[in-house]
Amino acid sequence: MKTRILGLVALAAVIAATAVALFVVPPDQNQGDAQRIMYPHVASAWLAYLSFGVTALAGIGWLWKRDLRLDAVAHSAAEIGVMFTAFAIWGGMMWGRPVWGVFWQWEDPRLTTTALLLALYVGYLLLRRLSDDPERRATRAAIVGVIAAVDIPIVHFSVEWWRGLHQTATIGSPDRVLNPAAPMVFVGSLLGMLGAFTLAWLYLMIRRYQLARAEAAREEARRMDRIMTARTVEAAR
Amino acid sequence: MSDAGFVIAAYAVIVGGLGVYTLALWRRLRAVRGPDDEAR
Repeated sequence: MKTRILGLVALAAVIAATAVALFVVPPDQNQGDAQRIMYPHVASAWLAYLSFGVTALAGIGWLWKRDLRLDAVAHSAAEIGVMFTAFAIWGGMMWGRPVWGVFWQWEDPRLTTTALLLALYVGYLLLRRLSDDPERRATRAAIVGVIAAVDIPIVHFSVEWWRGLHQTATIGSPDRVLNPAAPMVFVGSLLGMLGAFTLAWLYLMIRRYQLARAEAAREEARRMDRIMTARTVEAAR
Repeated sequence: MSDAGFVIAAYAVIVGGLGVYTLALWRRLRAVRGPDDEAR
């Protein structure tokens, strides 16, 4: 019931944040209405980082504690992270065309490392399908999840380390976000979208985790059923 | 609105995708658990 309430609050927050970003915030002086795309783009990118960070930490937790609930957390976060990474890339492309003049540029380090991040975690999800043994699957996935997480700081700091089209960090720069010259309606809308998407992420994480646990229980029941059937056949001989 | 097509395409995919994923997740959960369990 609490999860359902969280879902309703998240839904209301996403609708409100979208309405503010689309209809309340004025067009930007330089970017025009294309700047409205920034709000879900930045929020999606933040949640991609958060998701893959959770996947890596839960993977380390599995390797340490051997608790399959941690593997379910890692799996859930990876699937949701892939979705938010795809959203961040899509939003960036829709913003890039009117503002930069191109949808995509492979020479840009931020874009390329983000595409790599997406590929790494799609690979993580595919890897999970290769084994029927839950423990072997969890161990392989945890190792890949931890190694792939190395790309998160590379994506984030790529705009500082190398030159490209993408601008440097906004959220991580208090002098920009808290700059008195920055219109509060822009900053407020960005923070509102971040909050709304984070609530939605939390709701999805809980539901995806519940699904992973329910699937694991069903998988275990089937496995036990197969073992019992095999033993019955063996005993009948 | 300038660049309306890009703004609409961005929001349709991101917010719409979020909604579609949520519904799909809900249905997958319901299929595994059964309809009586969904209110949890």
